[in-house]
Amino acid sequence: MGNQNLIERTCKQTPFYDLCIWSLKSNPESRDASVKKLAQIMVDSLKTKATETLDLIDELLQDGLALDPEMQKALTSCAERYNVIIRGDVPEINEALKTGDYKFAAKGANDAAIEANSCEIEFSTKSPLTDMNKVVHDVSVVAASIVKIIQTKFSF
Amino acid sequence: MVDTRPFLPVSSHAGSDPTGPSENRRKPMKLQLSIFFVLLTVGFFAALLTSNNGSDNGFVKENEHGSLASPSSEKQLRPVSRGPAVGVSEKSNRLFAKDNENQLAYPWNNSMLSWQRTAFHFQPEKNWMNDPNGPLFYKGWYHFFYQYNPHAAVWGDIVWGHAVSKDLIHWLHLPLAMVADQWYDKNGVWTGSATILPDGKVVMLYTGSTTENVQVQNLAYPADHSDPLLINWVKYSGNPVLVPPPGILDKDFRDPTTAWLTSEGKWRITIGSKINKTGIALVYDTKDFINYELLDGILHAVPGTGMWECVDFFPVSKTEENGLDTSVNGPSVKHVVKASLDDDRHDYYSIGTYHEKNGTWIPDEPKIDVGIGLRYDYGIYYAAKTFYDQNKNRRVLWGWIGESDSEAAEMQKGWASVQSIPRTILFDKKTGTHLLQWPVEEIESLRLKSYEFNQVKVQAGSVVPLDVGPATQLDIIAEFEIDNEALEKTTGSNVTFSCSSSGGTVERGALGPFGLLVLADDSLSEQTPVYFYIAKGSDGKLKTFFCNDQSRSSVASDVNKQIYGNLVPVLEGEKLSLRVLVDHSIVESFAQGGRTVITSRVYPTKAIYGAAKLFLFNNATEASVSASLRIWQMNSAFIRPYPNDKESQ
Repeated sequence: MGNQNLIERTCKQTPFYDLCIWSLKSNPESRDASVKKLAQIMVDSLKTKATETLDLIDELLQDGLALDPEMQKALTSCAERYNVIIRGDVPEINEALKTGDYKFAAKGANDAAIEANSCEIEFSTKSPLTDMNKVVHDVSVVAASIVKIIQTKFSF
Repeated sequence: MVDTRPFLPVSSHAGSDPTGPSENRRKPMKLQLSIFFVLLTVGFFAALLTSNNGSDNGFVKENEHGSLASPSSEKQLRPVSRGPAVGVSEKSNRLFAKDNENQLAYPWNNSMLSWQRTAFHFQPEKNWMNDPNGPLFYKGWYHFFYQYNPHAAVWGDIVWGHAVSKDLIHWLHLPLAMVADQWYDKNGVWTGSATILPDGKVVMLYTGSTTENVQVQNLAYPADHSDPLLINWVKYSGNPVLVPPPGILDKDFRDPTTAWLTSEGKWRITIGSKINKTGIALVYDTKDFINYELLDGILHAVPGTGMWECVDFFPVSKTEENGLDTSVNGPSVKHVVKASLDDDRHDYYSIGTYHEKNGTWIPDEPKIDVGIGLRYDYGIYYAAKTFYDQNKNRRVLWGWIGESDSEAAEMQKGWASVQSIPRTILFDKKTGTHLLQWPVEEIESLRLKSYEFNQVKVQAGSVVPLDVGPATQLDIIAEFEIDNEALEKTTGSNVTFSCSSSGGTVERGALGPFGLLVLADDSLSEQTPVYFYIAKGSDGKLKTFFCNDQSRSSVASDVNKQIYGNLVPVLEGEKLSLRVLVDHSIVESFAQGGRTVITSRVYPTKAIYGAAKLFLFNNATEASVSASLRIWQMNSAFIRPYPNDKESQ
């Protein structure tokens, strides 16, 4: 059974079980991982998804002339928020996980969820980023949940 | 100038007026029934939505320092109300979008963000700050050190910042005191405390996060004891002096306290930790701050509280109105144990008795033991630390006030966190269970023009503007008297009240809420109520709650909208008293002389600069209140770098 059990038990304590399982199991490093390592894998996933989203935003912004000003404004704001996730939240979470001051990992993960949500609500018309914002948001929430587990149950 | 206006409760997801709009009673029966069924259906769907909210939203709840928006605003994927035309930022910031470098993230514009900076609370010129470290008074100067990130407005790369002041209010920034330049603090120069030796010399113990991410304790001391500014520090060559003992994990060992003398003439310190889910405080004795013996027992432990950070341990006098040196003990002395709980990011304290022989402490009331009872502050307040101020014979408390907006805003404005105004701490003789916190008296030196209001009557359901000129830097002292008849006549009920689960000031009770609206604009579209709510039990007993409602503090969606607060003991014959310090984006509120304190961070988009106003309000349904106030405009503390030519190098 090995680590399958730990991954399942951990994901059961997050609000997005399927996403959690998929994100962890698709990373080979999860095989013999501790809960702390699972948190780190989740944060890597957050960084990947956030980067993909930022790339998409940049692509959409390249369209420049074809965009209406409201859409342009919203996308630019989103780019700002995603930069915060990648260059602010992720490093903060990683340093906190590494050094063991877990509340700052929780802070960074919770903030990433807020940034993704804040991006989504920028769009008064149809958001071109809904699916990606949801993924980033949910991955952040899962990461925050796993940090909570480390803080309150396990000792790493 | 008194003007009453009916207070119009804004309809919200939480509030529901039980009496219903009066027009309904005039409608014919048929229409009433159909309205009833519509409401029933709406209620049904509302219940469905809120129950779904719990499962598919799954927002981590304990989150004062982390997440911000409440779950319900989480769901509302609709645009934020548009603000005024956006200014352009000249700040070059590597976190901006790759193209369009001067565009700011909406809705925060430069004007709103720069307003947030405080005028008289300690904060560095930029970047991130957290825990207060090693506060002390030395050779005529108050010293303050703090956890600081020199590179960004988020936590990370932590080193020790440093500032000095003659009066705990006017601070001058000095160079960094300690940086991460040794293997034993390479991954973090973390929190620590100062001890002043009998010969006047200072030693500092602090936690280092090593290259292997192990938490260890290190000794440091001033390079030059004759330098009153204590600019340069030396780390003991034999560091670390303490490593995690057997049974304690590498990452559960931090924040050593100030030392106190034992009857054997040794120095004693305590360090917080945990074993499984039990928070504990380890005790060490030392003669030289270099070699330590771990005591067999621990100072205290409380199951279920998790990791104890920033433990503090100090005596308070049961009889005198002054502070006590950390080594003082005796029959008229009680000891306080305080811990910052990592799990919920709150600071808890408990009063009890210290047993010196075996280095243990027992709470007076186990029901309000450390971590499960009283908090220093019911708002955003953490990692607090006291020191004995031998200059004025008082014990002074520092507390870290984080932000409750989004990190995006913090990165834009280029800074995050402030410190509370230092508070004196005294044992509350009247209750015997509480400590009293009060802003240090030196803050009164910032008072400028004052305004006095006597016995202003505020009828049930009304708002009274207080004309005090600009309302973003204020010191407010107020007393409230509630209509006695209403107090007696009101029928009690079994319903339990709590600030955080209430609907805020929109939720009307017979005897509350009433108090002040700070940082409110004329139309009250943004407002931060600081208020009392009196609840009468079915036994006729009155309970007074003291709350701070952030739910309408700003129209921005990415700020904390919670309602903070707690019960405040009000004794026979006491009037309801309130002190509020308003300083731009921070509001510190003290009830009953500091028996219950709430600090909050507020980020209005409109109620800023000249548009911020002050009001009295009373949203009770039955009782009228009368308020007497003294309000001062507050000057800036002009916190700035120490003048260059005087720095010793």
